[in-house]
Amino acid sequence: MKTIQFREAICEAMTEEMRRDESIYLMGEEVAEYNGAYKASKGMLDEFGPKRVIDTPISELGFAGIGVGSAMNGNRPIIEFMTFNFSLVGIDQIINNAAKMRQMSGGQFNIPMVFRGPTASAGQLAATHSQAFESWYANCPGLKVVVPSNPADAKGLLKSSIRDDDPVIFMESEQMYGDKGEVPEGEYLIPLGVAEIKREGTDVTIVSFGKIIKEAYKAADELTKEGIECEIIDLRTVRPMDHKTIIDSVKKTNRLVVLEEAWPFGNVATEIAYQVQTQAFDYLDAPVVKLNTGDTPAPYSPVLLAEWLPNSNDVIKAVKKVMYK
Amino acid sequence: MKRITKQTYLQWYEDMLFWRKFEDKLAQVYINQKVRGFLHLYNGQEAVLAGALHAMDLTKDRMITAYRNHVQPIGMGEDPKRVMAELYGKGTGTSQGLGGSMHIFSKEHRFYGGHGIVGGQIPLGAGLAFADKYHERDSVTLTYMGDGATRQGSLHETFNLATLWNLPVVFCVENNGYAMGTSVERTASHSEIWKLGLGYEMPCKPVDGMKPEVVAKEMDEAIQRARSGGGPSFLEIRTYRYRGHSMSDAQHYRSKEEVARKQEEDPIDYVLNHIYEKKWATTDEIGAIEKKVKERVKECEKFAEDSPYPEKNVMYDTVYEQEDYPFLPHKL
Repeated sequence: MKTIQFREAICEAMTEEMRRDESIYLMGEEVAEYNGAYKASKGMLDEFGPKRVIDTPISELGFAGIGVGSAMNGNRPIIEFMTFNFSLVGIDQIINNAAKMRQMSGGQFNIPMVFRGPTASAGQLAATHSQAFESWYANCPGLKVVVPSNPADAKGLLKSSIRDDDPVIFMESEQMYGDKGEVPEGEYLIPLGVAEIKREGTDVTIVSFGKIIKEAYKAADELTKEGIECEIIDLRTVRPMDHKTIIDSVKKTNRLVVLEEAWPFGNVATEIAYQVQTQAFDYLDAPVVKLNTGDTPAPYSPVLLAEWLPNSNDVIKAVKKVMYK
Repeated sequence: MKRITKQTYLQWYEDMLFWRKFEDKLAQVYINQKVRGFLHLYNGQEAVLAGALHAMDLTKDRMITAYRNHVQPIGMGEDPKRVMAELYGKGTGTSQGLGGSMHIFSKEHRFYGGHGIVGGQIPLGAGLAFADKYHERDSVTLTYMGDGATRQGSLHETFNLATLWNLPVVFCVENNGYAMGTSVERTASHSEIWKLGLGYEMPCKPVDGMKPEVVAKEMDEAIQRARSGGGPSFLEIRTYRYRGHSMSDAQHYRSKEEVARKQEEDPIDYVLNHIYEKKWATTDEIGAIEKKVKERVKECEKFAEDSPYPEKNVMYDTVYEQEDYPFLPHKL
């Protein structure tokens, strides 16, 4: 094992895959000469040259669409959005073209490509720069949605996403790029659609994904001092969702808290709650609790932002609620 | 470009007439509810396709367009029976009945759709060209759009990127006068659409779209420029559609006199008159072509009628390349 930053894990994944497949290129704003807005493509222009590491003007719609078109004609593009907040001006190309192309052509054109970049809040960036669109993209058939929470998962999942023959939305976080973690030496892949139990426990299941899962870890560390053992599941892939790992855990703990950094209406947690009541109704000893952001645009002021985001104290409260403590 | 000869005109006459009659048949069966959804017909615009096909190298060039897209894949080489079957929603259709009128594709013949969102296909066309340049192939992509699509942001972002990266693409507006019910004059401060290329320093010009040999000549110049590394071009091909935007269009935005006047410049009549003037065919020979066209359209209709509907699992099987994708259940 070696210890690297999240941004280095992303860079290693892209670099290794580009070495083994000439049809892969990286395109986006500041990915080449600037070495990535968050340095996630550092050194890649030097290694691969401007043909394969391509700076764009600020034209998300244009370059997302060019990516899809090239994927119909022999390329395997990696399209970077500086954040997924900016993907909205190009979302037509993702939803109507990348996601639908295979089905509406009767299977003639698959779209082997990755759209990647940071998601959700990253400090006091306020309403337009703090949004989590995992549930939006996961709602759309034809896409896969991957949201890693640590460097090792990020590398293995990104390599699998690049090799995947379907379009993948791969979501990172500005606030995770500096996170350090142990990563296996040598090549490894992590399959899409497989959740992982990050912490075993017997009393409550907590399901989460992406950077907010760290609040669950903090809560579990506190709760164990009170003799409450949380089982923490990292979804890693939101679509397709690994329901079995969740259901098996709930059958063991009989209690579920879902922690997701997203608006509460019709989000990923809603889907998990529905699946659990369908498949494990008789195992539940308490109603499922969802922890999400406020049902408002993200506020700027530090006091308001802290109130808006779910945190470890909220997780502790939720765990105690489902345990009737 | 191949020379334009007697044989070219005879072929144009047969092809253009076939496309016209194919669309007329669709209008007829639509009224009988054999074909549903939206139906956008190409009547009046045939010279645009005929001219382009003559200038293209059909062994390697590519085409993509919007939702007025039934006859282009046929021109590229796709079996018209399968296009008709797609409109009938049959399993033998080009998209196995999943695409319908607005989403015809033919990978084998390098026709990339068939796109329903106005302007959404413009960056895709540049992307096809991007891949050709990336892989050092000498194919050229013709990226079609309607006049309405030129008011979409996608055109402007794509124009900028295509010139910046010198992509082998020809952007072609089929200006048929109306974006649904909104005339070109009502969509911008000037109606010279071709001038939009000037701001990107992209070679651009208006083209008479009612005469196939004119379209072929201008298209050839643009294709050769793209093929030889000269980058993209922008042609505003001026044409006219005789039918409504779609079948539900009552056409209150234009007069019957205007349509009648435009039909006097009909591109198929124009080709036929040219053939007669040159004495390249007798009325009997033309009659034989017309009979053949009629029979081919009938064959398409019969094939579509007789074909089976798709199996229910096909709507799942075509979504992902992954074979065992775990779809959520949606009914008890």
